[in-house]
Amino acid sequence: MDAYMNKWWWKILAVLLLVYTIIAGLLFDVPRIQILNETIRNLYFHVCMWFAMMILFTISVVHAVKYLRTNNLKSDILSRHYAVVGIVFGLLGYATGTMWASYTWVDPNNPAAASFGAIAREPKLIGAAIALLIYFAYLVLRDSIQDIDKKARISSVYNIFAFAFLFPSIWIIPRLLPSLHPGGDGNPALNPQDIDDRMRLIFYPAVIGWTLLGVWIATLKVRLSILKEKNLLSK
Amino acid sequence: MEQSIKHIWTLLKKDILLEVRQQFSFYGILLYIGATIFVIFLAIEDPDTRVWNGLFWIIQLFVCINAVAKSFLQESQSRMLYFQSVVSPQNFVFAKLLFNSLLMLVMSLLSLLLFSLFMGNPAEQLLAFTGIVFLGGWSLSLVFSFLAAIAAKAQQNAAIMAILGFPLIIPQLIMLIKISDAAFSINAKVPLTPVLMLVALDAMVILLAAILFPYLWKD
Repeated sequence: MDAYMNKWWWKILAVLLLVYTIIAGLLFDVPRIQILNETIRNLYFHVCMWFAMMILFTISVVHAVKYLRTNNLKSDILSRHYAVVGIVFGLLGYATGTMWASYTWVDPNNPAAASFGAIAREPKLIGAAIALLIYFAYLVLRDSIQDIDKKARISSVYNIFAFAFLFPSIWIIPRLLPSLHPGGDGNPALNPQDIDDRMRLIFYPAVIGWTLLGVWIATLKVRLSILKEKNLLSK
Repeated sequence: MEQSIKHIWTLLKKDILLEVRQQFSFYGILLYIGATIFVIFLAIEDPDTRVWNGLFWIIQLFVCINAVAKSFLQESQSRMLYFQSVVSPQNFVFAKLLFNSLLMLVMSLLSLLLFSLFMGNPAEQLLAFTGIVFLGGWSLSLVFSFLAAIAAKAQQNAAIMAILGFPLIIPQLIMLIKISDAAFSINAKVPLTPVLMLVALDAMVILLAAILFPYLWKD
């Protein structure tokens, strides 16, 4: 594990991809569609946040399974920090989504609060809210237990149990409720008909770039807390 | 196989026997249902169908948390140690799931009766709606039973069950409310897909409980 953490080539790759994302994302040509217009460029930021969040949560649950199999506290530390960084990306996803929605969904004739009620019912937003609530609850559960081993075991169990619910939820809810969100009954931007080929050239590198940035942040946090816990782990 | 059925049956019988001998908890939940529905009856005189539906399922949710919370919390640490030496974790958790399912089926029926008594029953297809209520009660009881096991191990009360469980139960609640809506109109057919999805989710919970509970129960 230390081996991959200390490798630096992927950090350079992350920086390069993100520089490319920002420059190409803001300057390159995009198709002009009614209402969306130039806001389509937010695809490289908003959608990537959700992709990065789901990937980070998946890494977190993989480490939770690993902890239950090996009882190695390092896996638990990894699991926790990937979940926290995933939450940060989720919040950023909401922030970028709010900006996007304010140009496309919000009716300028109504007060902002009136639009909020309608937008908050959006299935994609509910799915994201479920994901964030699950991981907030995960953190509350962790902090409520004193014993370190018990904390690791119980929160790993909840992590796996909740994650198993998360995917059906994201799959089921959009099929039950009406939606304005693009890609209403599937995964937006993955469908070949959803996005223009020119945008694909920036979108896929952007997803990889943002995810690598998330992993980078998480590894820094992990290294910090491993240093803090060194006395415990060295035994 | 035969032995594990025997174990599950014995554990189930023990839980039922305890429930019969210490009736305070059963009547406690019953009082909870009665009092909540009475308060709602006084607050909202004649709810329309959508309000009735929403209120009914929210009440079911809270009844379930209260009914199921006790199941793992009542086992003291030393008694758990005894169970660990005589049964396998899977049999133990299956017995608990079975008992909580039975308890929740009874409670669902009672709250449906009380709801109909105080606020009328808008269900045009009564049989279908009763079936949905049972299915819903069962789904809720399975999810919250497992969360009760987590809460008991974390030495927490029922409040943490609500925090842990609400995000997980949202899709099932939405599905239940949707299919109940169909049972409220006389000529709408209750859609089969969400019913099957609920059953599939229940099967998933049982599977997850069997896989994950062994990690919870050893200290």
